[in-house]
Amino acid sequence: MNIEPIIKARNIGKKYKIRHNLGGYVALRDVIMTIIKSPFRFAKDKIKSITGIKTKEEFWALKDVSFDIFPGEVVGIIGRNGAGKSTLLKILTGITPPTTGEIHLHGRVASLLEVGTGFHPELTGRENIFLNGAILGMTRKEIAKNFDSIVEFAEISKFLDTPVKYYSSGMYVRLAFSVSAHMEPDILLVDEVLAVGDAEFQKKCLGKMEEVTRKQGRTILFVSHNMAAIQSLCKKCILIEKGSIKNIGNTEDIVNQYLSGNAKEGTEKIWPEEKRPGNDIASLISTRLINREGKTISYAYSDKEIGIEIVHEVKKPGYMPIPNVHVFTNKAEYAFISHADYNENLDKVGIYKSTAWIPANILNNSTYIIGIAVSTMIPLQVHLYEREAIIFQVIEDIDNAKKYDYNQKIPGVVRPKLEWSYE
Amino acid sequence: MNTLTTIIKPKKTFSLRDFRELWNYRELLYFFTWRDLKVRYKQTVIGAAWAILQPFITMVIFTLFFGTLAKMPSDGIPYPIFVYTGLLFWQFFSSSLSDTSNVLIANQSIITKVYFPRLILPISGVITKFVDFLIASIILAGLMIYFGFIPHISGLLIIPILLIITFMASVGTGLFLASINVKYRDIRYALPYFIQMLLFLTPVIYPASIAGKYSWILALNPMTGVIQSARAALLGTTPINWVLLSISFSTCLIILIIGIMYFKKVERYFADIL
Repeated sequence: MNIEPIIKARNIGKKYKIRHNLGGYVALRDVIMTIIKSPFRFAKDKIKSITGIKTKEEFWALKDVSFDIFPGEVVGIIGRNGAGKSTLLKILTGITPPTTGEIHLHGRVASLLEVGTGFHPELTGRENIFLNGAILGMTRKEIAKNFDSIVEFAEISKFLDTPVKYYSSGMYVRLAFSVSAHMEPDILLVDEVLAVGDAEFQKKCLGKMEEVTRKQGRTILFVSHNMAAIQSLCKKCILIEKGSIKNIGNTEDIVNQYLSGNAKEGTEKIWPEEKRPGNDIASLISTRLINREGKTISYAYSDKEIGIEIVHEVKKPGYMPIPNVHVFTNKAEYAFISHADYNENLDKVGIYKSTAWIPANILNNSTYIIGIAVSTMIPLQVHLYEREAIIFQVIEDIDNAKKYDYNQKIPGVVRPKLEWSYE
Repeated sequence: MNTLTTIIKPKKTFSLRDFRELWNYRELLYFFTWRDLKVRYKQTVIGAAWAILQPFITMVIFTLFFGTLAKMPSDGIPYPIFVYTGLLFWQFFSSSLSDTSNVLIANQSIITKVYFPRLILPISGVITKFVDFLIASIILAGLMIYFGFIPHISGLLIIPILLIITFMASVGTGLFLASINVKYRDIRYALPYFIQMLLFLTPVIYPASIAGKYSWILALNPMTGVIQSARAALLGTTPINWVLLSISFSTCLIILIIGIMYFKKVERYFADIL
């Protein structure tokens, strides 16, 4: 297969100068005052910076980023906050130029970094559809052609001639997204835009995006923190870490890599005394993942019990702090929460070791993240909450795996072994 | 792949490609202008009448105080029409200038989210002001009929040149200020004061002849040439001073080029600083 990439990025770099104590812009007034107050220091600084004695603090938001995207691919870009995802998207859209490197884009590019860019509150829904459409790069003809379907999708036909300042926020977002969803570029760049609106509308948007990608074979780059959205839309992912590409590959692997990288250290953690999470009532000393033999394990079998051991200290009586575990899927969705029983013995000052046992055949073979908290239940007071205390993989036991095609991953947050009866 | 190819790389200062790009985005230019006009005439109750009332009331007040009370000379023509001609061009200039210099801040939310040639914004701003100019010209036509002035055909032909000079002066200066405004936000507080001062340094309420042998100082201000020539062309006050006009034209052209160059030079940082 010899298809030309639709996006070809080579050695993209973006350098920013770090400016301390400045909130983005300065007042000319202040600059002039500095010159008047201490002309010599100003001159000295200027000379230093010109001659290069005083090095400016620089940092590369992106460095040596190269990748190819082929026509029709839907690619997710994931990474932590500040990893450079949005900067990459801004460079691809042309909003800000790269410091180094080159990108070739073949075809019409449209970007969706925000819904409702350029919406004017005084203008009516109808007028804003045209204005926003034009800002997003649609021609007047295209907008006119899609007008009815935009209005229908947004469900605002009754308020079409009302200024959008009178819209509810839901209507506003619906209209804004609807315009964006009807863009017809060859390449679409999407930032975290689905984070707006209510859950139902988000679902509708995702549905629309899926429809668009499948039907029209559009190339999409999609930045999001919503792993569920990434996994349902993208086949391929780019993981960005500290301004460079860490990995490119199929979504499942990359998302796993990203999420495992997120948890700081595997399955055992012991905090030094001065760094223990907690307050003056309770603090966390250590936590680890164990099996029935009491040994630390680095992964778990799906058909074995899994123990989460928590060692915590109670420093003040009278609060009845109770440890609890929060189990998340690798999409950062809650699987379940469990807390220790109410027990007066837990209230005395001292160090406690408690273990929560997840029964065998409950978790699916996937990556799970355990959050640990210690809290007083009545009235609710959280003394500590370590969000990513343990991260581990549950793997299929070999005997079970032989029973069916192992390559097929069974979907689901949990996979309990249920009792079946036959008649 | 037959469609267009975009190449993104570290930006240099401006080239001919920029003009082609501007042309490709002409529809957006139309929509920005349309938005500005629509919003303006929607927000104000009296709508388009505002464009007429503003210079008209200024003219009445100026006539009352400078013309009738202060007995300001007006090159032998009725003061109302004398001052109105000046005001018309002055207002086109000053409103374009202040609009252009604020254009980036005002459209901050769009600039940081979508790409388009940024020059579209100031251009659309000036087009909006030009519409105001046209509407306000109705009053001038009325005054000319009332006072019985018949403009020369050659005089009317010169008007577009005067508008081009005004356009160049306001956009050139405006682009320069707009670029600085992104970094130094206090420019916009200083600007109204600066424009007000400039009004008195331009022969709007008085004739340039009032300065006597120092009138060459006034000639340094390109708007002097514009307003003088407008009066000469429309009202026949003095013969058109072609030398003055060509000096104004060249000065403004240079201002415009410097403005665009500087704007293009810092354009790439806008999205990072804003």
